[in-house]
Amino acid sequence: MNPTELDTTLRSGTQTAVAVAPEHDAEGNSMFGFVIFLLSESVIFLSFFAGYIVYKTTTPQWLPTGVTGLEVVEPTINTVVLVSSSFVIIGAERCLHRRNLWGFRTLWLLTSLMGSYFLYGQAVEWRGLPFGFTDGVFGGTFYLLTGFHGLHVLTGVLLQMVMLGRSFIPGNYDNGEFGAAATSLFWHFVDVIWIILFVLIYIWQ
Amino acid sequence: MTNPSSVQVLDSPLEQPSGSPGNWRKYLSFSTDHKVIGIQYIVTSFVFFLVGGIFAMIIRGELITPEADLLDRTVYNAMFTLHGTVMLFLWTFPVLAGLANYLVPLMIGAQDMAFPRLNAAAFWMVPVFGVVLMASFLAPGGPAQAGWWSYPPVSLQNPTGALVNGQFLWLLAVALSGISSIMGAINFVTTIFRMRSPGMTWFRMPVFVWTVLSAQIIQLFGLPALTAGAVMLLFDLTVGTSFFNSATGGDPVLFQHFFWFYSHPAVYVIILPIFGIFSELFPVYARKPLFGYKVVAISSLIIVALSAVVWVHHMFASGTPGWMRMLFMLSTMLISVPTGIKVFAWVATIWGGKLRLTSAMLFALGGLTMFVFAGITGIMLAAVPIDIHVNNTYFVVGHFHYVIYGATVMGVYAAIYHWFPKMTGRMYNEGLGRLHFVLTFLGTNMNFFPMHPLGLQGMPRRVASYDPEFAFWNVVASLGAFLLGMSTLPFLLNMIGSWIQGEKAPKNPWRAIGLEWLLSSPPMVENFEELPQVIAEPYGYGKSEPLVSNPDALEEVHEPH
Repeated sequence: MNPTELDTTLRSGTQTAVAVAPEHDAEGNSMFGFVIFLLSESVIFLSFFAGYIVYKTTTPQWLPTGVTGLEVVEPTINTVVLVSSSFVIIGAERCLHRRNLWGFRTLWLLTSLMGSYFLYGQAVEWRGLPFGFTDGVFGGTFYLLTGFHGLHVLTGVLLQMVMLGRSFIPGNYDNGEFGAAATSLFWHFVDVIWIILFVLIYIWQ
Repeated sequence: MTNPSSVQVLDSPLEQPSGSPGNWRKYLSFSTDHKVIGIQYIVTSFVFFLVGGIFAMIIRGELITPEADLLDRTVYNAMFTLHGTVMLFLWTFPVLAGLANYLVPLMIGAQDMAFPRLNAAAFWMVPVFGVVLMASFLAPGGPAQAGWWSYPPVSLQNPTGALVNGQFLWLLAVALSGISSIMGAINFVTTIFRMRSPGMTWFRMPVFVWTVLSAQIIQLFGLPALTAGAVMLLFDLTVGTSFFNSATGGDPVLFQHFFWFYSHPAVYVIILPIFGIFSELFPVYARKPLFGYKVVAISSLIIVALSAVVWVHHMFASGTPGWMRMLFMLSTMLISVPTGIKVFAWVATIWGGKLRLTSAMLFALGGLTMFVFAGITGIMLAAVPIDIHVNNTYFVVGHFHYVIYGATVMGVYAAIYHWFPKMTGRMYNEGLGRLHFVLTFLGTNMNFFPMHPLGLQGMPRRVASYDPEFAFWNVVASLGAFLLGMSTLPFLLNMIGSWIQGEKAPKNPWRAIGLEWLLSSPPMVENFEELPQVIAEPYGYGKSEPLVSNPDALEEVHEPH
């Protein structure tokens, strides 16, 4: 760095300090962007749902031969667990607002355990089914919808793990709670999608 | 007296103005400066424009004679498939993303995009999926041959049986392109909603910003539908599901719905920013305020809303029921209302103005003329009886090339010339620019006008050979295509030569009104030292009222030393 450049450097430094420091709300931007992302993501699910409805109403032979329908009891239990976890995560967020970190961690871990139970329940269901991904459009749409949603549940659980780990970093919440808030919002999103999916696939048979 | 931002400035004070050619290496780096990313987008996409142009000239080389004598038919299929795919996903989308990236933060008075790192990541996916697509030449069986729309059952054929085939790589490239576009769209919408400088209200935003916002909203609701269809097609192709395979109970027409639900609005993703460019340029070079600014701005959003309900007009011949045809014919024709409003506003802006026919203005006027022609054939195609008659003929090809080359490419050229001094700090050569315009204008019309009579006479698209009665117009079109290929040479010479040794550009060479013209050419990293306080509507030509209350505080003063 030659003297002239250094001189410019120092001058530009002081200039900035004098000028109004342009501050923008980075956390607010992130949340806004994340909400837009979820809205956009929901269109993929809407497209799959629309496809499902078209197939269900127009396919001459909807169920593959030998398949009479889907078992509803275990998926219902799964649904109850997943939907309740949305309320648990709200509790966790409330604890975080009050800076009750251990309360937050406990409820947060409970949420991810409930999410993991849901994934386990779905894996058990998949293993017991008499049809596969390539068995007609019924099999295709069933595994596509539940699989794509399951991928989101898995993403949600992984995000929760990351956020749980981060809660142990000192000063993690000094700049706001975007990570936890976004994870929580994502979890509610995954939940709402599941409710629509459950109605379409299991109730409307 | 220090704050975090001043520390940042001290850390990287030696960066040169972002457009300077002296440190070209930063264009090969993971820069997060929106201006660098904008230029990265523009240059990368122009390289792919040349690649897609070579494909086009190979196609026209085949079609200069009625017999299929230049290429194997499968290679011909691959050529038109890749031509369309490259031109859309690797040229028009990224070049417009580049212009928007460069201009939007400057025009709304922001220091950068809302998410600079996301912005860089979105850009770097472009060369990646470009390479994936080009790699399909090495795949068994060659590149995809199903056309840019990849309709099943054609796209489900896999004669080589290889898992990684041309169609697979095509779907992968399109999926990556979609992810990149969604990342970009989230960034643009957040930036425009939340990063405007004080006083920059919605109705003080330049129309270009309105059109970028509109276009990106379409990406957000449209692209996921294409993604859904592409995922299902990928499963059909690779693991043998039956979503679109009619042999096993699937529904190939459903794919068409998914595809066009995005890919028709995608046309507006392309043309809306061009409308924005027209709206920026005509007032500057006619020295008059934009006629009906608010109506022009709002028309963009009306186009967004209508664009979501017109897609079936691509499927009039796909066994679509009559009521659906009528409905979509009506909605398609309705689009001409907000579009017509804009055309009238531009004409009224030019009318009686003091015109300066720079290269930028010539391209804008040429683009507008071509667009009106494309609009007329567009209305014809919206009518079900005409559409059924000319379906799958060159009439359709002629129509959309007038939109995409005539209006869009000309509009992009206009924008590049107009903002070239701002981006590079150098003036371009006006003589070469005019030569470029003449060649482009002649080439466009020679290439694409003959497609209309050919289509009306019934020449089908996507065939390597044709009846000799179509020969005359095909020869004209092919000569036009080669002329268009030539037209890029004066442009490249001008851009590279002027960037290296053009005359130094002042802040505002066109005496234009806009925040970007209050800054040095090129603007510094982070654009504004102090955010502009906007106090007036845009396009205040002939009013002599200031645009901002603090014009002298926007940049640090460079004292001579």
